[in-house]
Amino acid sequence: MTLDLPLIWAGLIAFAVLAYVVLDGFDLGIGILFPLFKKERERDVLMNSVAPVWDGNETWLVLGGGGLLAAFPLAYATILPALYAPLTVMLLGLVFRGVAFEFRWRTVRWKRVWDWSFTLGSLLATFMQGIALGGLIQGIKVANRAYAGGWWDWLTPFSLLTGLSLVVGYALLGACWLVIKTEGEIQNRCYDLGRKLSVGLVLLIGLVSLWTPFLGEQFLQRWFTWPNILLTAPMPLLVLLAAGSLWRGLHDYKRPLQPFLSALALFVLSYIGLGISFWPLMVPPSLTFYDAAAPDVSLGFLLVGAVILLPIILAYTAYSYYVFRGKVDPDAHYH
Amino acid sequence: MQALLDPVFLARLQFAFTVSFHIVFPAFTIGLASYLAVLEALWLWTKREVYIQVFRYWIKIFAVTFGMGVVSGLVMSYQFGTNWAVFSDRAGPVIGPLMGYEVLSAFFLEAGFLGVMLFGMQRVGKGLHFFATAMVAFGTFISAFWILAVNSWMQTPAGYAIAPNGQFVPEDWFAVIFNPSFPYRLVHMVLAAYLTTAFVVGAVGAWHLLRDKTNAGARVMFSMAMWMAAIVAPIQIFAGDLHGLNTLQHQPAKIAAMEGHYEESIKGAPLYLFGLPDNEAGETKYAIGIPKLGSLILTHDWDGEMKGLKAFPREDWPPTPVVFWSFRIMVGLGMLMALVGLVSLVMRLGGRIYSNSLLHRAALVMGPSGFVAVLAGWVTTEVGRQPYTIYGLLRTADSVSPIGLPGVATSLIAFIIVYFIVFGAGIFYLLRLMAKTPGAIGKAEPETPMRAAGIMPGPAQQIAKGE
Repeated sequence: MTLDLPLIWAGLIAFAVLAYVVLDGFDLGIGILFPLFKKERERDVLMNSVAPVWDGNETWLVLGGGGLLAAFPLAYATILPALYAPLTVMLLGLVFRGVAFEFRWRTVRWKRVWDWSFTLGSLLATFMQGIALGGLIQGIKVANRAYAGGWWDWLTPFSLLTGLSLVVGYALLGACWLVIKTEGEIQNRCYDLGRKLSVGLVLLIGLVSLWTPFLGEQFLQRWFTWPNILLTAPMPLLVLLAAGSLWRGLHDYKRPLQPFLSALALFVLSYIGLGISFWPLMVPPSLTFYDAAAPDVSLGFLLVGAVILLPIILAYTAYSYYVFRGKVDPDAHYH
Repeated sequence: MQALLDPVFLARLQFAFTVSFHIVFPAFTIGLASYLAVLEALWLWTKREVYIQVFRYWIKIFAVTFGMGVVSGLVMSYQFGTNWAVFSDRAGPVIGPLMGYEVLSAFFLEAGFLGVMLFGMQRVGKGLHFFATAMVAFGTFISAFWILAVNSWMQTPAGYAIAPNGQFVPEDWFAVIFNPSFPYRLVHMVLAAYLTTAFVVGAVGAWHLLRDKTNAGARVMFSMAMWMAAIVAPIQIFAGDLHGLNTLQHQPAKIAAMEGHYEESIKGAPLYLFGLPDNEAGETKYAIGIPKLGSLILTHDWDGEMKGLKAFPREDWPPTPVVFWSFRIMVGLGMLMALVGLVSLVMRLGGRIYSNSLLHRAALVMGPSGFVAVLAGWVTTEVGRQPYTIYGLLRTADSVSPIGLPGVATSLIAFIIVYFIVFGAGIFYLLRLMAKTPGAIGKAEPETPMRAAGIMPGPAQQIAKGE
């Protein structure tokens, strides 16, 4: 029996990226919402709601990058130079927000500075991730195994739209996460923020979805020709269903988990929609994941580790979330 | 100045800059994580309060350092693609899976258990908390294993074939990972990390002993650090010597540059202590050396024959002066470390280890020596590998991304500014943490909350709110 290793790895990388978006999404969102909460105590609660887990969340981004290098080196070697500027800014944003988790507790005078570093870092990182996504969707010029486009190709109205969408989306995830982790006044405000953000996100998802098919012939064919339409038609319906569930959850205060799960469903559906457009491309418009794949000897070697280690990683990640379950208690002593 | 207009040079500079900043954090956290695990184990075993006090002292420093290591490491994982795309495409099938294993087996382990280690003391049992600390320490070690496998493979490639599309394709994973220089490099680096941490811990202990010779926490720190220096520094010199012999075998041009030898072949080569190597002139000017010692060290024979740079094609010479001097800095610091360790041993036997201020001052001055030595060693081995990224097979000039000068230059400037601001602040906070007297940890500290990022105790919150 031979395994289709490039296919398996395309699935694994897709999973790693989705895991990153879902997990780091809400903690980046908290950074984006941070300035809306002015009181010191509120900010402490916000930060403490993710402090023990954000590092693990961000590791999925390293797996996404490292996995891409290992499994699809040609995709890695063409996408990263094409998105050089947004990715560099994203990294610098993540530097600023990552250190804020430690630094803001180490100073009184400069606390404001690190609060802003947390917010602007999160905002920049998110916006740039969205722009990078848009830059990938709209296509990357490749010739002779190398990026063949220009320095500013990534910057288009479409990529700015995807950047904005991700900011709104992560902020929504952050608000929904805080609905679960907080109570009282903060929670009320997060319900309110969640309602506003969810309207914005659904509109933006609609806009991006309508725009995408016109960016490439393949996308158009995929979505609007018979019999593909049988597969694609339910997608908008499912999005509306998730949106409805989100809206209800944000009004029914007895089910604090529902908004977060519904928002996740929106992300997953958008992601599947992207997968439908892309398949089997990895770097549109020209490279499929088979073109970009590393030789089987590399894919097989790392797959052994992934099969053994990923379940273990998921287990102790789940355990870590379990240890820090429940509402954030800002007064809890550590020692 | 011409070099600053060369995209390849700027890409190298950017990589060198970001990796140099990054490497000091893991070098410190590898040692510190193990130290914390040892302290917690000693506390659980002996029940002596001082061990957990010292543990609490260093865990905050660990958290700040680890945070900086994570974000600077994240940058590294994308640098291969942004600046070295051709290298990534060609070497990806070999080094990619090794780095993938690093993420899967080390990064997740560290990140997953770090939360429990920092914030979990009240939420999980003592045993489980110790397990979390041990897992973080173990993770740092596994990480070193994989990343040094990658680096060593780039230095002494093995177990591969080259495909028609130019990609390196692994043929034998065991040979790839356990390539000829890997065991030496791994041992040398891990010992360096332990020594780096020992000298930082020792300097902090010494600083507080200079102010109060009875401080129990400072005594524990100083004593443990000096044991490490006394035992590990001599082992490191021995390991470094073996590593040098290995390099002579596989990268003779690098050794020639380290030694400053240009003549095609010299019998009974001297060991230069000082000199100004000059690639243009093809000689080391103003050389002051000890006759025949170079041959003795590297060939274990007074009249052993050594190859100089002229035995290799001119275009394969590394930038000799950099390699020559960084090597001398590393070795010199290593010798000084061993000397401090030896003196501490003598003092200990004489019962004066906690009272001899001269030793404490020496240890204080030597505090940053590990970082300098690690950086110097890194420069020696990486600049010595030039002009290749994959030694003998892929030139640095052929490895870069098709990115123009403005892009590389702008991002380089951005990295320099951001790193100096962010990590400058971080180092300032680290020094301030280190200036706090050990043992005062349990009491509320007036100017900052007790906890690192995370759950903030009531009294500290009142202080923060200005109550």
